[in-house]
Amino acid sequence: MRRFLRPGHDPVRERLKRDLFQFNKTVEHGFPHQPSALGYSPFLRLMAIGTRSGAIKLYGAPGVEFMGLHEENNTVMQIHFIPDQCQLVTLLDDNSLHLWSLKQHSGASELREEHRFTLKGPPGSPPSATQVTAVLPHSSREVLYLGTESGNIFVVELPSFRVVEDRTITSEAVLQRVPEDYCNRRSCELVEALREHPKNPDQILIGYSRGLIVLWDLQNNKVTHHFLGSQQLENLYWQRDGSKFISCHYDGSYTQWPVSSDNRHPEPLENFVPYGPFPCKAISKIYWQTTKNGLPYIIFQGGMPRASYGDRHSISVVHGSQQIAFDFTSRVIDFFIIFSSEPTAEFDDPSAMVVLAEEELVVIDLKTAGWPAVHPPYLASLHCSAITCSHHVSNIPLKLWERIISAGSKQNIHYSSMPWPIDGGTNIAPDPPQRDLLLTGHEDGTVRFWDASGVCLHLLYKLSTVRVFLTDADPNDNMNPLGEDEWPPLRKVGTFDPYSDDPRLGIQKIYLCKYSGYLAVAGTAGQVLVMELNDEDAEHVVDHAEADLLQDQEGYRWKGHEKLRTRDGPVRFEAGFQPFVLVQCQPPAVVTSLALHSEWKLVAFGTSHGFGLFDHQQKRLVFVKCTLHPSDQLALEGPLSRVKSLKKSLRQSFRRIRRSRVSGRKRRGGVLSFTAWSMQSPDYTVQEANAKFDQDTLQEMELAPVQRKIEARSAEDSFTGFVRTLYFADTFLRDSSRHCPSLWAGTNGGTVYAFCLRVPPAERRMDEPVRAEQAKEIQLMHRAPVVGILVLDGRSNPLPEPLEVAHDLSKSPDMQGSHQLLVVSEEQFKVFTLPKVSSKLKLKLTALEGCRVRKVTVANFGSCKTDDYSENDLAVLTNLGDIQIISLPFLKLQIRYPCIRKEDVSGIASCVFTKYGQGFYLISPSEFERFSLSTKWLVEPRCVVDMPEVTSNNHVHNKSGMENAVRKSSTVLWWHKVVKHWNWYP
Amino acid sequence: MFLSHQHQCWFGAEFRRFSLERSKPGKFEEFYGLLQHVHKIPNVDVLVGYTDIHGDLLPINNDDNYHKAVSTANPLLRIFIQRKEDADYSAFGTDTMTRKKNVLSNVLRPDNHKKKPHIVISMPQDFRPVSSIIDVDILPETHRRVRLYKYGTDKPLGFYIRDGSSVRVTPHGLEKVPGIFISRLVPGGLAQSTGLLAVNDEVLEVNGIEVSGKSLDQVTDMMIANSRNLIITVRPANQRNNVVRNSRTSGSSGQSTESSLPSSTPNILANFLQGEEESDEEDIIIEDSGEPQQIPKAAPTSESLESLTQIELHESTQNGFLPSNEMNLNHSAGSISMEYEVQDPDPKSLEEDGTIITL
Repeated sequence: MRRFLRPGHDPVRERLKRDLFQFNKTVEHGFPHQPSALGYSPFLRLMAIGTRSGAIKLYGAPGVEFMGLHEENNTVMQIHFIPDQCQLVTLLDDNSLHLWSLKQHSGASELREEHRFTLKGPPGSPPSATQVTAVLPHSSREVLYLGTESGNIFVVELPSFRVVEDRTITSEAVLQRVPEDYCNRRSCELVEALREHPKNPDQILIGYSRGLIVLWDLQNNKVTHHFLGSQQLENLYWQRDGSKFISCHYDGSYTQWPVSSDNRHPEPLENFVPYGPFPCKAISKIYWQTTKNGLPYIIFQGGMPRASYGDRHSISVVHGSQQIAFDFTSRVIDFFIIFSSEPTAEFDDPSAMVVLAEEELVVIDLKTAGWPAVHPPYLASLHCSAITCSHHVSNIPLKLWERIISAGSKQNIHYSSMPWPIDGGTNIAPDPPQRDLLLTGHEDGTVRFWDASGVCLHLLYKLSTVRVFLTDADPNDNMNPLGEDEWPPLRKVGTFDPYSDDPRLGIQKIYLCKYSGYLAVAGTAGQVLVMELNDEDAEHVVDHAEADLLQDQEGYRWKGHEKLRTRDGPVRFEAGFQPFVLVQCQPPAVVTSLALHSEWKLVAFGTSHGFGLFDHQQKRLVFVKCTLHPSDQLALEGPLSRVKSLKKSLRQSFRRIRRSRVSGRKRRGGVLSFTAWSMQSPDYTVQEANAKFDQDTLQEMELAPVQRKIEARSAEDSFTGFVRTLYFADTFLRDSSRHCPSLWAGTNGGTVYAFCLRVPPAERRMDEPVRAEQAKEIQLMHRAPVVGILVLDGRSNPLPEPLEVAHDLSKSPDMQGSHQLLVVSEEQFKVFTLPKVSSKLKLKLTALEGCRVRKVTVANFGSCKTDDYSENDLAVLTNLGDIQIISLPFLKLQIRYPCIRKEDVSGIASCVFTKYGQGFYLISPSEFERFSLSTKWLVEPRCVVDMPEVTSNNHVHNKSGMENAVRKSSTVLWWHKVVKHWNWYP
Repeated sequence: MFLSHQHQCWFGAEFRRFSLERSKPGKFEEFYGLLQHVHKIPNVDVLVGYTDIHGDLLPINNDDNYHKAVSTANPLLRIFIQRKEDADYSAFGTDTMTRKKNVLSNVLRPDNHKKKPHIVISMPQDFRPVSSIIDVDILPETHRRVRLYKYGTDKPLGFYIRDGSSVRVTPHGLEKVPGIFISRLVPGGLAQSTGLLAVNDEVLEVNGIEVSGKSLDQVTDMMIANSRNLIITVRPANQRNNVVRNSRTSGSSGQSTESSLPSSTPNILANFLQGEEESDEEDIIIEDSGEPQQIPKAAPTSESLESLTQIELHESTQNGFLPSNEMNLNHSAGSISMEYEVQDPDPKSLEEDGTIITL
């Protein structure tokens, strides 16, 4: 009877679906796109980062993280934690102030916006009168001091944001006792800095942009000290005991001022231009840190000689005779110093410097000699070279995992061993269910191995393929271009380097066999490398072969890039994955598909011209097949490559200019490479906001309507020979009694080729050649690109991966029953019988829904109710950004979730699914969004923050109003990230 | 029961009257032989036509329309016979009998026709259909459903679509809604040569799926995915060219009313889609570098049948597309196309769809 029920109305299946499928965006990995503000709470030991799209993200100990989003989507200008509270205030570029706090809500807590406020001036006053430039949360936790462009300082109560008008500090009041001639020269103007006295909460230091600094007494509402600076002021910092403070200036100088009760108009103790005598850039922020041994740390941002080093993004650390100017590859947004926050401690004793640059987070260990960098456990800059592809491998065997970690640890010796200093909160998420690797291929020819098991995406190991080739890159170009004696003592830090020396090195396809440790990577110039994991350094010759994919074609001229030149002789490789075979496709077009069979020791690769099979055991090319249509001039000449080479020359000319605004640049994207990142925001809601904006702009553009040509696909279309997918299968290709190894290839023009392979048995593997013979060629009449090929065994299960059965991790495939072939094109899913090909089933996705398949993977879904049920389905991402789950083998649509904005082409192109129903896609060049389709595997942050006990001698409040402050006792807050949640109900 | 038949032919207007048993009309071949016998013209190729209850002159050239003709006899059936060489095909079609005051007068006064040069064209069965208007009986008069047969022709589909907006009547009054429109016809393309589509026609459905709410790119993809058998429902920009139906319940001649009853809808739909499924089941396989062959359909197992059924039913919930299995012969004024609906989704249509593919 069931067959007569309408789909979606089988109650048993519907219940099962709810136990199997659920869509969650769980966590964002990587570095926030376009950060704009930094804040730190020494009390909570949490760091906050604000972005230009209005997001704030808080990070503590690894695994402790969560985020919030301002509705306005405006740039976050400043972030200030309220002292000793789980609260922070943000200032946006629309001059609005927002109070955020961590509140418990029905068993779980979240970062919530409590109040918002915009300072209003009296009617008729200019907007600058209330434009906030400096924010000081007072240690009483009851008021905020807001310095403005007009020079007035307003006082607002917390958390209500009520303006206490009678306590406003007007510039008139400040100027009352300032010497007449000084007043004339420099009016108060903008408030640059507000600093509370470290020992006396009734005194605040006010710095005005023109150089005047005053100490204001809050009790008596009057100026107690005047400090008549002569240079434009940038920032102020108190010495710990309050006896001195330091000011830094626009001309690259800093000045120390004494504060004592006997001199109300002191002269500066010292005025110093650290990188003089020639004109210098401004010092925009400065720290003065005391130590037990008496020598202070002076740490300041900027101040470089204007003419020669004005383009550097530097922070200098001076400690006695030691001085280093840390040189960042992108603009410094802000930085802070982690020092002893214990109020009873006599000295600051700084331990670490945390620098937020535009493209990465850098932490410097100030306790270890030489000030090495600390390896951050999160906020990794995924885009240190642009990501060109990614590959996910689930459930890594422990042995391989340890070997990769060991190879990686040898690369990280120059990092500090200091434990991660930002360690607030406790991660209480359960241990990750399995060890997962995410491999990212980069434009500079590197492959990065990330631990993608948990909430923190952590770099394990970095592999570079560059060594195999001769490039025009200067190996000494990037690291420490200057000698030790040079002045200024610049030291390059960080990993972000967007400049690839040779775009041909770019990685396009990756395949890792987790059982054997074989790794195949393929790149932009038709290079295919097969590698093996070696725990030791080694020096050896890489075998080199060429695959001419245009054998039968004549009279063409490849106009793209040249193939990469290889190094002759042995090459030294560090421990890790070491290449032993290089195959170079001819013409050297970008490799568009790659498959590796570690058991048969075969690697297959395809380009826009054809595909080939290489025996990496015997190091012999087995065959090549040209798929190119003879009239397809575009594919012949390689137009994509011409774009690339233009890009290369442009890049080379820009290489040394080191533009500061790297993130804003536009890139060109190829058909299969996804380097064309659009500007995105780190949160779904931001994405929506952007989508709305996009739509609005689109609507404007519609004034000049676009039209689309309606035409059937034809064999003469361009790029029909483009090989989109390659697949190895042990199946029944010729007759139903004998199965044999086979290689399947699918093209852009809807053609599927099947080759019957003869692989000699293991004992004669080196003696007999591998043979291949074309057995079948299927032409799909709708001619849409073939994006996936899969063979289902007699029980309709997908065939296991190579060596999976040998490692007892999968049941042997059913070789008795009849096998089926699933061909996924961009438009349709089709099941054919094997060995005699007859069509059995199909699902015409595009004809029904107008969407096309972009990514497809088999995923295993386990039930959250019972451990013994799981099933295989197809996870499909469409060009509209929807994710669909389609059952196997009956091709029934189970569920559909909106996931990525359809305008976000690069996000869709970057998506990878895991074998267990999770996935990743890039929401910006530097961030992966992690999502889960499964009810069972869900990796999301879950953390506790214990609010530390507020010690009674922490601060002395002698103001009547402040005594009433209700002190919060220790609170346990359970935070977990607010996840957008779509649960499917019929 | 006896039927009276009047035969008219203009080898100089000969009339014959004879009877047939309505319940056992026999085959068309036999009937054709009978006519030749009755008129004593055994070796002359003739065209046979009849007037249906609406007075339209319709052809009899196969068993199906022969049986249809016999079933409409009331009780008299008027049969017209023309020698093939002099045949006036334009005499056939909807409203032919009323439009031309009297078909007999046309037929009986051949002088009228002699003034026009004769265009010798082949019989309908010698043509491949290139386009048709379908489902006239179930669509609102303002809509037109056009089927373009891409297979077997080298002509490009040859049209472009664009975004635009149209005005809809809603409970809140007139509302401007986004829509998809035909923006351009390529000269010499299939779309232009049919004359059934025009610039600024609004596209409402693609192969039975509504396009409202879908983007231009989605509709483009749907049309390309269906390009081998594209059925577009449009609201023509020029409504004057539309089929204007009179008081009759059904606009197409010979349309039996029960077939459009809603109760039978799912069946028809399933049949139709089944037929459509068949129509593009034409992937090609080359085994061991042999000859290209069409991939046959696997004998369905019970499981796959179930799933097929479900998929189709799923489709039905989305489109509400009511195709007709009936033969529709409609002229839209100014149309120059041959309009024949493939009558049955039987293996014959599969054969027709067969395309020679060079690999």
